[in-house]
Amino acid sequence: MTSTSGTDVVRTAAALALGDDALILSHRLGEWAGHAPVLEEEVALANIALDLLGQARVLLSLAGDEDELAFLREERAFRNLQLVEQPNGDFAHTIARQLYFSFYQHELYAELAAGDGPFGPLAAKAVKETAYHRDHAEQWTLRLGDGTEESRRRMRTALDALWKFTGEMFAPVDGVEVDWAALEQRWLASLTGVLDRAGLALPEGPRTGAWAAGAGRQGLHTEPFGRMLAEMQHLHRSHPGASW
Amino acid sequence: MVAVTPETGPNAAPGTDAGQAGAQDSGVQELGMPDLGAQLAAAFDAAVAADERVEPRDWMPEAYRASLVRQMAQHAHSEIIGMQPEANWITRAPSLRRKAILMAKVQDEAGHGLYLYSAAETLGTSRDELLDKLHSGKQKYSSIFNYPTLTWADVGAIGWLVDGAAITNQVPICRCSYGPYARAMVRICKEESFHQRQGFELLMALSKGTEAQHAMAQDAVDRWWWPSLMMFGPPDDESAHSAQSMAWRIKRHSNDELRQRFVDIAVPQAEALGLTLPDPDLKWNEERGQHDFGAIDWAEFWDVLKGNGPCNDQRINQRRAAHEEGAWVREAAAAYAEKHVRTESEARV
Repeated sequence: MTSTSGTDVVRTAAALALGDDALILSHRLGEWAGHAPVLEEEVALANIALDLLGQARVLLSLAGDEDELAFLREERAFRNLQLVEQPNGDFAHTIARQLYFSFYQHELYAELAAGDGPFGPLAAKAVKETAYHRDHAEQWTLRLGDGTEESRRRMRTALDALWKFTGEMFAPVDGVEVDWAALEQRWLASLTGVLDRAGLALPEGPRTGAWAAGAGRQGLHTEPFGRMLAEMQHLHRSHPGASW
Repeated sequence: MVAVTPETGPNAAPGTDAGQAGAQDSGVQELGMPDLGAQLAAAFDAAVAADERVEPRDWMPEAYRASLVRQMAQHAHSEIIGMQPEANWITRAPSLRRKAILMAKVQDEAGHGLYLYSAAETLGTSRDELLDKLHSGKQKYSSIFNYPTLTWADVGAIGWLVDGAAITNQVPICRCSYGPYARAMVRICKEESFHQRQGFELLMALSKGTEAQHAMAQDAVDRWWWPSLMMFGPPDDESAHSAQSMAWRIKRHSNDELRQRFVDIAVPQAEALGLTLPDPDLKWNEERGQHDFGAIDWAEFWDVLKGNGPCNDQRINQRRAAHEEGAWVREAAAAYAEKHVRTESEARV
């Protein structure tokens, strides 16, 4: 009994970590609707947002009621990476965030899909989606890095600005059975390859913030996240108990 | 049906027609043969009257081409401007299921914009050109999107009423004489009718929900009903393009016919929803076998069309800002493509 419920607790926490990543990044990408630089990107960004929302719904449902978890938790109870909650910024910032995250998520889901853990079935489906997300981020990184002087400058700024949020991705999550150190090496190698082809260098500097309290996986978030949640949760919370 | 006679077909004259017809025309006339332009126009009229499809490479009167470009551009612009009032609620959708439905819907609208701009390109006009005309106000989009979405229920009202009115307008365009437009519309109408059912279902959940939710749904219907009726355009006797479009089979039914059809469909649906349509004069007319309805405030319609609606400035400013702020991205993509074409062709040499 105790050991089963112990496993359940770990699994629930793991589902929340992965589910919150997908939920929050989906929300940020949804903010692009009606603002994208070209019509094809309206379709592409919405497509990625929808894939992520689909993943989030499966994962949150493993942990409880999807709407209660999304709309009624306080900021400190969310377990997503700080990277995914970062504001969209310009298109280069969004692409840099996509590049870092989609390469990570793809490696992670590929490994989970190959295993026989509780997230295997979801990962097997999601890995096809993340392959597309990765391709989208890679193609844009090449275009922006090797496009005009301005696009190159903006892309470099964005990569640098988000670099400090990438270290957190490889802190082991209990209940997610992957080789985190090897995952990080593969991520770095593929990232270096793309940046190299785009004529961009891997950013320098620390990959984590200097705060001992921790980061997103411990429920510590950045200031813009609270405002994002206020917007996301407002309507649902305004009508307690209502069905939609 | 009003036939277009060769005399009124404005395109027989060489010089106004950019295509082959003009060139052949002058050559033929030198040989003393009958005016080929007039023959082409007559053949075109006969084909259209026989319900044959006109395809991009076929000869067509310049005014037909211009009229189609105007209509297709306005339709495409309406799809992309129409994303804004609904996207306004993506970040506040009250459940994850509704959020997914709404995001997919707004994405569909971007997709419809893409098909329609592509269909317009078959008439020799580029997407960039059309977007410039939208941004400079030379071309219009459906005036309905100049109204604000103030509550979540507005998302449902747009789906049920605005998409419902759009479908009533658009289903006949699936049989439009111009092939690429007609084919694009088949797919668009399928997706639109899906959106309409989703809007209806959203309102049903609110109407049967708490008192506050029901009130929210009623308020949305109160605000969207009359503007939805205006979507069919001015009354038949005041519609500038109608007669010619009907003759060319771009349009199949008059504004007033379509409006009546929509009212007759909407009334029982409102009853099913448990919501009231805000028109005290709305009642079944046994004799006509149709509903009578109250007078539409056409002054408001023309005022909104002229730019005085609650959101005209906001909509166009957001569109322009997205376009201008995205310029560097499009330039980068173009520069990258250019470099790659060059590199690849150099590699081949």
